[in-house]
Amino acid sequence: MVPSRARRIEEVRTISFEFEGLAVQAQEGDSVAAALTAAGIVDLRDSPVSGAPRGIYCMMGACFDCLVEIDGQPNRQACMCEVREGLVVRRQQGRAELEL
Amino acid sequence: MSARSVDLLVIGAGPAGIAAATEAAGLGLSVSVMDEQSRPGGQIYRGIETASPKRLAVLGKDYAAGRSLTESFRSSAAEYLPDTLVWNIGSDRSVDFSRGGRAQQMNPSAILVATGALERPMPIPGWTLPGVTTAGALQILLKSSGIVRDNCVLAGAGPLLWLVATQMIAAGARPAAIVENLPRGRIVAGLRHLPGALRAREYLFKGLAMIARVKAAGVPVYANATGLAIEGSTQAEAITFSSGGRQHRIETDAIALHQGVVPNQQITRLVGAEHRWDAAQACFHPVLDARFRTSADSIYVAGDGAAINGARPAALQGRLAALLIAEDQGRRVGTERIRRLQAGIARDKSVRPMLETIYAPAPEILAPADSTLICRCEEVTAGEIRSVVDLGAPGPNQIKSMLRAGMGPCQGRVCGLAVAQIIADRKGETPEETGYYRIRPPIKPITLAELAAYAPDEDAPRAASGDAAA
Amino acid sequence: MSDTDDGADTLVVGGGLVGAALAWGLARLGERVTVIDEGDVALRASRGNFGLVWVQSKGDGMSEYARWTRQSADLWTDFADELEAASGVSPEYQKPGGLHFLLSEAALEAKRAQINRMHNVNGALGYGVELLDRKALDGIFPGLGPDVIAGSYSPHDGHASPLKLLRALHAGLAARGGRYVSDAKAQAVERDGSGFVVRTAKGSFRGGKVVLAAGHGNKWLGPSLGLNVPLIPEKGQILVTERIRPLLPMPTHVLRQTTEGTVMIGDSHEDTGYSTDSETPVLTRIARDAVRSFPALAGARIVRSWGAVRILSPDGCPIYQESESHPGAFSVNCHSGVTLAGAHALSLAPMLARGKLDSELDVFSSRRFADGSVTRAAH
Ligand SMILES: Cc1cc2nc3c(=O)[nH]c(=O)nc-3n(C[C@H](O)[C@H](O)[C@H](O)COP(=O)(O)OP(=O)(O)OC[C@H]3O[C@@H](n4cnc5c(N)ncnc54)[C@H](O)[C@@H]3O)c2cc1C
Ligand code: FES
Repeated sequence: MVPSRARRIEEVRTISFEFEGLAVQAQEGDSVAAALTAAGIVDLRDSPVSGAPRGIYCMMGACFDCLVEIDGQPNRQACMCEVREGLVVRRQQGRAELEL
Repeated sequence: MSARSVDLLVIGAGPAGIAAATEAAGLGLSVSVMDEQSRPGGQIYRGIETASPKRLAVLGKDYAAGRSLTESFRSSAAEYLPDTLVWNIGSDRSVDFSRGGRAQQMNPSAILVATGALERPMPIPGWTLPGVTTAGALQILLKSSGIVRDNCVLAGAGPLLWLVATQMIAAGARPAAIVENLPRGRIVAGLRHLPGALRAREYLFKGLAMIARVKAAGVPVYANATGLAIEGSTQAEAITFSSGGRQHRIETDAIALHQGVVPNQQITRLVGAEHRWDAAQACFHPVLDARFRTSADSIYVAGDGAAINGARPAALQGRLAALLIAEDQGRRVGTERIRRLQAGIARDKSVRPMLETIYAPAPEILAPADSTLICRCEEVTAGEIRSVVDLGAPGPNQIKSMLRAGMGPCQGRVCGLAVAQIIADRKGETPEETGYYRIRPPIKPITLAELAAYAPDEDAPRAASGDAAA
Repeated sequence: MSDTDDGADTLVVGGGLVGAALAWGLARLGERVTVIDEGDVALRASRGNFGLVWVQSKGDGMSEYARWTRQSADLWTDFADELEAASGVSPEYQKPGGLHFLLSEAALEAKRAQINRMHNVNGALGYGVELLDRKALDGIFPGLGPDVIAGSYSPHDGHASPLKLLRALHAGLAARGGRYVSDAKAQAVERDGSGFVVRTAKGSFRGGKVVLAAGHGNKWLGPSLGLNVPLIPEKGQILVTERIRPLLPMPTHVLRQTTEGTVMIGDSHEDTGYSTDSETPVLTRIARDAVRSFPALAGARIVRSWGAVRILSPDGCPIYQESESHPGAFSVNCHSGVTLAGAHALSLAPMLARGKLDSELDVFSSRRFADGSVTRAAH
C-alpha cells in the first residue's frame, strides 16, 4: 500500500502543541483534529463501548468520533477546538475519568 | 438575569443564515446570528474569510463567491455571535445557548433555523475505522487548513464526491480511485428530468466538466460498484467491492465516503415541528408553508435545513425568508423583490429532480447487512435493530431505549435516518409511519457545572425536590 | 389477527414494565398471552424512569405496601437470573445497598422520625434502614459535598437497567410464544361471551381474562369494566451524563451510575399534567442539587434530559383489583414498576393465572378511595 501522506498546500504561522507527549506543529486557525491529521495521526481514541480505535469522521462537529482529552478535560471534540500554543492533548481512552 | 429580546434570531451562519440576517437587518429588524463555528460561511464557505489566494484558486470560483456574502453580512447591522451553541429552545421560544462556557438565554420574536445539512449515514463494514472519513471532512480539511491527503479513495455517490475529487486534483493530491456505487440505470432514469433541468443548465455543465476533469487526470473510476467494505484492524487498510463483473481490492489507509446530504433535523425536531418523509430525497423535511413557517409558532427554516438545494438557493431562500418574516412582523416589503427571489429559487431548483433521481441513495446503503454497525457511538448493528423490531418494538424511540442506538454523544445525528429506514423496511411501512427520534435538550453535550451555574429565570416556579425512587 | 384471532388465555393491555412483567410471568406458567400496546410515541413511564429497585421509605403509612415492596426486592435476584436465562438479556440488577442523602438538620430529623415509624413494618424481617453520620458516609461513599450531613442506608436497595429489563421481558415473552402487538392502542374493552375483547386499529383481540396495565390509560379504560382507577400524573425530569469511569459505589435516591457508565441525575416532582417536556429552570435546579451532593460530577457532560409522567394513585400506593361487575377483568397500577417487577412477575402473575387475587392484596383495591378520605400522600 502507498500510505496516504497528509500534507499542507501552503504554510502560515506555525504554533506547537503536545499530543501524547509528542510535540506537534500546527498552523494558526487549525482545529486540533486538522493539526493532528496533518501530522499523520489518525487514531484519536478508543470507543467506550468495545475499545475499538476511532479517528475523525465528519470534521463538522456532528459525529463525536474525534473525542480527545484537551488540557485535562475529557471528551472534547477535536474538530471543534482551535489549536493554541502549548495545548496538551491526549487520546481519549474509553470513558471519561473524573477526579474525586 | 434578564434575557435579551430581538426581532429575529438566526441560528446558523451559512449562506442561508447570513443572507437572511443581512436582509432582515437592512429592513430595520433587530437581528442576532448564532453559530457554533468561529467564522461565518457555514459548511460550504468554511474558511472563506481566511483562505489564501492559492486556496481560493484550488477551491474554485463558486467557493470564492462566498466572500461577498460574508462581507455584506459583516458590514450589516446584524449582531454576530460566533462560537455560540444553541442547546435548547423552550415552548415559549426562549433560547438557551452556550458561549465561552457560560449558558445564557435570549427571547426572540422569531427564529430562523438555518442549520444546513449533514452527510447521509453510509453504513458499510469497517466504516468506523480510523482513516475513514466523510468526503465533506476532506473538503473541510482543505477549506479551513489547506490540508490534503494523497492517495485517497473516494467511495459512494453524489455531486460532492466529484467536486472533492476535482478540488483534490487542483491541490495536487490526485485521489487513488473513485468507487461509485450508483446502481445501473440511474443516469437513464435521470434523463427523464432533463428538459426541466435545462432551465438551470449551468449546474449540468459544471457537473459534466467535473467528471471529465477527474477522468482526464487519470483517476481510475469504478462504476456501479456493489458490496463495498473496508478492511483493517486498527485502521483502514483496504476497500473491497465488485464492479464490472469483478471483485476488487484497493489498498489504502485513507477512504472518504459520501452518499449525499440531508437536512440537519436536530433543532426542528427539538421544537416539535411537524416533519414529512420525502421519498425522492429519502430523508425527512420539516413541513413548511410558502412563507418558510414550520408548524411551531414563529419558527422558520431556510436553506438546506429545509430541503437540500445547495448554496445559491440557500442564500436566496434566506433573503426571501427575511422579507417574509419582516412582513409577518408588520413591516412593508416590496412585492417585486419577493417575486424575483421566488423566481430565482424556482429556477435553481429545476435541476433537483434530475439530481435526486440519479443520486438517490444506493439500495445496499439503505439495507445494510446484519453485522454492520449503524449507531457508531453505541455500536449497535443492523441485525440487533432488526431483532428488536421482530420483538414488536414499534419505532426509533423504543429501539433507542432497548438498544441505546441514538443515546450516545452524537444524539442520533449520524444514525437517525439509517435506523428509521431499517425499522421501516422490517415492518413493511414507510419511514413517515415509522417516525424519528425525539430530540431532547441539550442538543449537544454541556457540562453539569455549566447547567448548574445557569439561572435563566429565577422567578420560575421551582418544582419540589425529592425521591427519584421509581 | 383481528376477528379470526383464536384468542388468548389472558389479554394484557399495555406493554410497559408492569404489563410486560405480568405477561412474562403468565407466559412462564404456560399461559397463552397477548400484549396490546401503543406505538413508538406514547406516555411511557417505563422508558423514562430512574431504574431504582428501592425499598427504603416505601409504604410509610401503608405497611402492606412496605412488605410487598420488600418482598419484591427479595425476589429480584432470582427474578433477574431466571429472566436472563429465559431471554438472553440481563436486566443488570445489582444490590449494593442504597443511600438517601440528607442535606439539612430538618431532613435528618424527618428521616429519623420515619425510621421510628417504620421500624416494625416487616415484623421479624426488620425494616433494615440505618442512619449514617457524615463520617460513616465517607467510609462507604467517598466524594460527597460538604452539604451532605448524613444519609439513610438500606442494604435492600439496589438498581437495574429499566431499559434492559423491558427488553428482557419482551424477549422472554416471545421465547414463551407470547404475542406482543404494537401500534395497537386499545380503543374499547368489552365483555365477549365468557371472555373479553379489546378493539384496536389493528383489529380485535380476544381472551379469557383481561388485565389492564396501561398506566394512565387505565383511568379511561377501567370504567367500561366497572373498574374505578383514580390516577394522578406527576412529571419527573432526569439528566444523564456521558459515559464515565466507575465513580458512584451505590445508587442513591437522586444519582445512579449505570453499568454503561452514564450517571442518571434526578429528579423533579411536577404537577404539569401529561406534559413530558424538558424545562430549563427545573433542569438547572436538578444540576445544582447534584453538584452540591457530589461535586466531582461538575465536569461531566450532560448528553440528554427527558421528562416522564409518573403514575400515582391518590395515596401513592399500588392499585390491584378485580372487577366486581366483570369477573376476570383486572387492573394493575403502580408507581414503581422496576422495584415491583419481581413481585409482579413471580407473585402477582400466578394469582392472575389462577383468576383470583389473594386476599393479602385486598387492601390495594381502589375501594380504599371510595369514601374520599384518602388524600395525596408521600410515596
Ligand atoms: C460536509 C458537507 C460538504 C458540502 N460540500 C458542498 C459543496 O462542496 N458544494 C455544494 O454546493 N454544496 C455542498 N454541501 C451542501 C452545502 O453545504 C449547502 O447547500 C449549503 O451550505 C446550505 O447552506 P445553509 O446556510 O442552509 O447551511 P450551512 O452552510 O450548513 O450552515 C449551517 C450553520 O449552522 C450552524 N449550527 C448548526 N447547529 C447549530 C446550533 N445548535 N447552534 C449554533 N450553530 C449551529 C453550523 O455550525 C453551520 O455554520 C455540503 C454539505 C456538507 C454537509
Ligand atoms: S470528526 Fe465528527 S465531531 Fe469531530
